[in-house]
Amino acid sequence: MLLARLEPAHVSGRSIMSAALRPIETALSRGGCEDFLYEEAAMLDEWRLDDWIALFAKGATYEVPAAGAADDVSAAKALFYIADDYHRLCQRVERLKKDAAHSEFPHSDGLRLISNVRILGNVDGGTSIGCAFVTYRSKNDVTDIFFGHHRYVLRHIDGAIRIVSKRTLLDMSSLRPQGRVSIIL
Amino acid sequence: MGFETPRSNAGTPWVREDRDNHRFKVARQAFTDKEVLALERRAIFDRCWIYVGHESEIPNANDFLTRSVAGRDIVFNRDRTGKVHAFFNICPHRGATVVREKRGNALGFQCFYHGWAFSNTGTFATRIANGNYPEDFGQDKCTDLTAVPRLENYRGLYFLNLDCDAMSLADYLGDAKKYLDVVMDQTETGMEIVGGTQEYSIRANWKLLVENSFDGYHAATTHSTYFDYLTSTVGSMTQPFTGSNQSRAIDLGNGHALVEYPAPWGRPIAQWIPAWGDAVKAELDAKFARLAKLYGEDRAHQIAHLNRNIVIFPNLVINDIMALTVRTFFPDEPGFMTVNAWAMAPKDETADLRKWRLYNFLEFLGPGGFATPDDVEALESCQRAYRNHEQAGWNDISKGMMKAVPATDDEEQMRCFWRGWNRRMSQAAAS
Repeated sequence: MLLARLEPAHVSGRSIMSAALRPIETALSRGGCEDFLYEEAAMLDEWRLDDWIALFAKGATYEVPAAGAADDVSAAKALFYIADDYHRLCQRVERLKKDAAHSEFPHSDGLRLISNVRILGNVDGGTSIGCAFVTYRSKNDVTDIFFGHHRYVLRHIDGAIRIVSKRTLLDMSSLRPQGRVSIIL
Repeated sequence: MGFETPRSNAGTPWVREDRDNHRFKVARQAFTDKEVLALERRAIFDRCWIYVGHESEIPNANDFLTRSVAGRDIVFNRDRTGKVHAFFNICPHRGATVVREKRGNALGFQCFYHGWAFSNTGTFATRIANGNYPEDFGQDKCTDLTAVPRLENYRGLYFLNLDCDAMSLADYLGDAKKYLDVVMDQTETGMEIVGGTQEYSIRANWKLLVENSFDGYHAATTHSTYFDYLTSTVGSMTQPFTGSNQSRAIDLGNGHALVEYPAPWGRPIAQWIPAWGDAVKAELDAKFARLAKLYGEDRAHQIAHLNRNIVIFPNLVINDIMALTVRTFFPDEPGFMTVNAWAMAPKDETADLRKWRLYNFLEFLGPGGFATPDDVEALESCQRAYRNHEQAGWNDISKGMMKAVPATDDEEQMRCFWRGWNRRMSQAAAS
């Protein structure tokens, strides 16, 4: 198995090349995963959605089950907030780039904090990664907080880490008062 | 059908209808004022039939769930014989919340505060040592859970009424029953709520969501990005959305109304789109053939191919569109509502079609859909802008008033709601 490690990104300012897109050299370490996840968060904070969608492998999925759902809940049987296959995920990005995506026009301000990163083990298609998150979304003088944990399957494809699946589990009892998941968490 | 509606400025000060000159105005104060909300609670939420839940959410004997309904905390459950009950979730002793789980299965409930316990029929079931209370204590039922005054169902949809003297649910629903039948007749095996609830909130007045839930006029502008997506998914927009002769708004009386119309999206009952594949096509063809055999081609077409957005006054929405959603909402404040939304489906649906139904639901509906968040943005922007109501005081809901047959993208369905609202509010204000 090809293992790789990411170079830490020497960041100042918000417009450097993504560390995640650099060639993978060695092991998929926790530090490497952290770099990758921090870069992903920065892309979303900065509304670099084309960079963000490029992190996903073809055929990847992105899901947000209903608040409080179990980690292994199935979108084929339960009602989620978001259950995107790759086609719809790409369409989600295309939609969010339009001024007519009214909920995010003008773009909300946001900040994503990632912590408690763990390598959970190998699964079909790649390596399972878990982390905790807190995401702030601010618009029209109202700030909403989303918190929970992400479950990723990451994989090396052509020398770079790619997301095979991302599942965002909200550790909240309901979506009140946030009301919507119009940003990507 | 419908009620006698004032021809001009009678009723409340918040609704102005001028039928002769085709003008319909609603005061923005009706969305912002605390006294209006207090009167709504008295005139509407304490008097109308209010949706609680669907029988499939508590499928087995002894199942229970808890939820907030019309500002009350309710236990909705079945007893050991399967009979359905609804209780106020408050201990008769000192008022603690008795059932604190969202759902479960239990023969009885015990209040954690002092340990009073109740069977799932609501009867007090605690032995207290002699000498503490008089011997006849509790014979007046003061130790039992308090049942809601009225609980009735239509085709598995359970409603409560806080007014003991209210008309029956069947009479209250009136002509709406006919369209609930159109929704429920899509299978003979019964309908069920699919796993999970979307519990969210909107920083806007509840009546804004009533209007929005069957507003055909806003679709093209508010949801242009959804239609872009739909074009990418179904190919071209081959079917008319509005302006079709099958597109119409219908007054169902009592403040209920609906819009019915063809649309280009896939419908799991039973309008196939290529993305669903050949196996699903065969299943949908078979479904349509069965409906045609049971009900004839016309009704089968209505059930399978036409969409309908139904509002049951005051706050139940059943939208039979690219998926089937049941949605209800309650005002916490003039500018804040809580929303519960569910997906409903035929019990006999195959796993494959169920998967596509849920996939389809999420393409438009709910907090992460390609449309609902933009509705939420619109509603919240209205609520913010209503701060200007003292100088810019009136919403216009006149579109299509001159037409003999109003279309989906007219505003007749909203006028039906507002007439029902106005009538009930003016009666309560006068009493």
